[in-house]
Amino acid sequence: MANKKVIITSIPIVIFTALVVVFWFSLGNDPTELPSQRIGKEVPEFRLSNLHNAEEFFTNQDLPKKPFLLNVWATWCVSCHVEHPYLVKFANQYPIPIIGLNYKDERVDALKYLQKGGDPYLFSIADEDGTMGIDLGVYGAPETFLVDGNGVIHHRYVGVIDNRVWNTIILPKMKELDPNLEQLEAAE
Amino acid sequence: MIPELGNFFLIMAFINAILLGTLPFYGAQTNHKGLIQFAHKASTSIFLLMLASFVCLTISFIQNDFSVAYVANHSNTQLPIYYRISAVWGSHEGSLLLWVLILAGWIFAVSKFSKSLPDTMIARVLGVMGLIAVGFVSFTLFTSNPFERALPFIPIDGADLNPLLQDFGLIVHPPMLYMGYVGFSVVFAFAIAGLLQGELDYKWAKWSRPWTTVAWIFMTLGIALGSWWAYYELGWGGWWFWDPVENASFLPWLAGTALIHSLAATEKRAAFKSWTVLLAILTFSLSLLGTFLVRSGVLTSVHAFANDPVRGKFILMFLAIVVGASLILYAIQSSKVRSKSDYTLVSREIALLFNNALLAVSTFVVLLGTLHPLIVEAFTDGKSSVGPPYFNLMFSVFFIPILLLMPLGQQISWKKDDLPALLKKYVWWFLSCIFLGLLLTFGLNGFTFTDIEPMAILGTILGLWVIAGTVKYIQLQSAKSQSRLAGVRKISRSYWGMILAHIGVAVTTLGVVLTSYYSIEKDIRIEIGETVEVEGLSVHFKDFKNIQGPNYIASKAIFDVTKDDDFIAQLKPEKRRYNASQMVMTEAAIDPGLFRDVYIAMGEPLDNSAWAIRVYYKPFVRWIWLGAIFMALGGILAMTDKRYREKKLKKKASQEANTNGQ
Repeated sequence: MANKKVIITSIPIVIFTALVVVFWFSLGNDPTELPSQRIGKEVPEFRLSNLHNAEEFFTNQDLPKKPFLLNVWATWCVSCHVEHPYLVKFANQYPIPIIGLNYKDERVDALKYLQKGGDPYLFSIADEDGTMGIDLGVYGAPETFLVDGNGVIHHRYVGVIDNRVWNTIILPKMKELDPNLEQLEAAE
Repeated sequence: MIPELGNFFLIMAFINAILLGTLPFYGAQTNHKGLIQFAHKASTSIFLLMLASFVCLTISFIQNDFSVAYVANHSNTQLPIYYRISAVWGSHEGSLLLWVLILAGWIFAVSKFSKSLPDTMIARVLGVMGLIAVGFVSFTLFTSNPFERALPFIPIDGADLNPLLQDFGLIVHPPMLYMGYVGFSVVFAFAIAGLLQGELDYKWAKWSRPWTTVAWIFMTLGIALGSWWAYYELGWGGWWFWDPVENASFLPWLAGTALIHSLAATEKRAAFKSWTVLLAILTFSLSLLGTFLVRSGVLTSVHAFANDPVRGKFILMFLAIVVGASLILYAIQSSKVRSKSDYTLVSREIALLFNNALLAVSTFVVLLGTLHPLIVEAFTDGKSSVGPPYFNLMFSVFFIPILLLMPLGQQISWKKDDLPALLKKYVWWFLSCIFLGLLLTFGLNGFTFTDIEPMAILGTILGLWVIAGTVKYIQLQSAKSQSRLAGVRKISRSYWGMILAHIGVAVTTLGVVLTSYYSIEKDIRIEIGETVEVEGLSVHFKDFKNIQGPNYIASKAIFDVTKDDDFIAQLKPEKRRYNASQMVMTEAAIDPGLFRDVYIAMGEPLDNSAWAIRVYYKPFVRWIWLGAIFMALGGILAMTDKRYREKKLKKKASQEANTNGQ
């Protein structure tokens, strides 16, 4: 009788233990890391103007033929302001091209910003209406896509890239894409 | 200097919490008076230290000390002083500090107001709360310290508080909610102390009842405030989204509501002892679970704080230890407890059992829906989450019988009652409610039979039924005395509390149902000077101007709303752009009314000085929160019942007698 009761009163602890196990394994998973539809696919077709010259247009053909980063940013995005000096530094120190996608922004503001804070980008695409952002599945800036020489997206990083992110995520993944980068050292 | 002082106080509070979480247990075991006394001293000092620490952080905010990383990230020189103060709990670190301060406040209150309890019991209660404090203070200190400096690069100005949080609702909502969350730690501590003590008689229930009620009152108001805030601030007229974080507060509320009812059965009839203890543990566990879900980033939510796996791991470990240890203790100890079961199938005990079963299942379905994404992810590779349809359906399924049984449950007697006789008293009342409900929904439907909503009709009938049943209850109770007035006077304050709270449930139900089914929402394009008809309302775009706020610039529109040439209200919605964050916020304009709200939110500017605006007409929406106020008032009445005051008066009298005698 007493044993039976212990079994019943033990039910809560058994259920709870199972829950804790589920929680433990979900901790590493980042819920914001949505399985991007774009991973493994090519950068969507685009034809957008040069940020520096509204008359000139870029298309997929203009993308670098070696692995590069596609950085989505805007002047209205505070986190981008945090990220910007890091990008300028990385652009100077590493032979990795960074393409800027200026997302839903005012052209004049964006140019002023780049003039003041430095321009880390090989070239800058102006996505004024956010159409390319939608195609890429961007849901907040800054976001950075890791693209290989054939224009295929391999990884997406949501959030600010600082030294830690650069050294632990971006750089190792870029090394996988481009063996030539193997010798590069971590940023300080 | 001040942040370092704050940090120092926090460390001192940590040391005190460790002492409080250990020594009193030893004192209670060995009956060592000094160590038992120490529990009270440590409780006082933890409270004072936490208060000092909190004040230090507040001063850092007021002084715009941007060398403190937390201040720099969540404040700005342009931010008005009152928001600089509320920004203290505007994000993870500071709100955790507030959480710990409130916990310390509860510890202090228990130590001060429980002098009539046996020494060993109170020492263990304070000890358990001390252990909880150890967990939360170390969480703050080691993973989320708000006093961390942003050296050597001190920002010139802060990043500003999230504009969504620059609002009165947010100043009061979190403290209220935390009072509730943390308040359930008291009944939890009582339950654990009771299990340790091996004494789970009715006294345990009696002592913890008022504490549980206080926590429940805060929780009720906190949730209602959150819902109200979402309604007017988010700008799309919604008041509940089944968002994981909303659910995180709703779960302990549901469990706490069940607990309030089962505590009554345990205290009065020594029934369901073991279940009540479990419920006390579960209620607080759900509070902790809520903290875990909100602060670990395992679920996405509009409220979620920045996710950091280290924090998640810490709080999960803490959750595992606290809840795991409690449940093991429960498994061992509660099997020894024997409850009285001298009641029959038709009795208040069984009614309360139904209440508990239904509330427990409701809690479970909400929990399941909230954790669904995690469970799916654990077993498959996919991501998925259940939406409002699941919650609305599942919750209604179990809430309908609760409402249906509520009027009968409050009338039925302990031990044994006559069901046919009981039903007979109510049958005409019930039929009248059906009639009234049909009439009301027919009227709201514009006196047509098209688009009839069965759920709306059912909900309305049930809401009316609960109110009618409560009136009938007063009538039946007062009939027992010679005169009605004497009879009404005889109803005790705690019963008035129950009556008021149940009416509150009915009022909220009516609000939810009617506003869900009969709201009108229209997106329109409107130019200055133009008048647009929206479902019988004339909206006239009178004027438009740009204004300058303290830390934002705004476009402000002025609309005159009339109905059949009667002026209803002038509404002035705004669209704000905050200077520091450049975030654009919609400030909806609302004309509130007891029976309907008119609500206008600005959309996007279109060409030719035209704007896209959204107009809402929301009948009975205020009733949602009005009901919560009723529930809270009911709680206040119940906890200020004579039974609790008498004890105090008696104690005071005896104390005075003692001092006079000396």
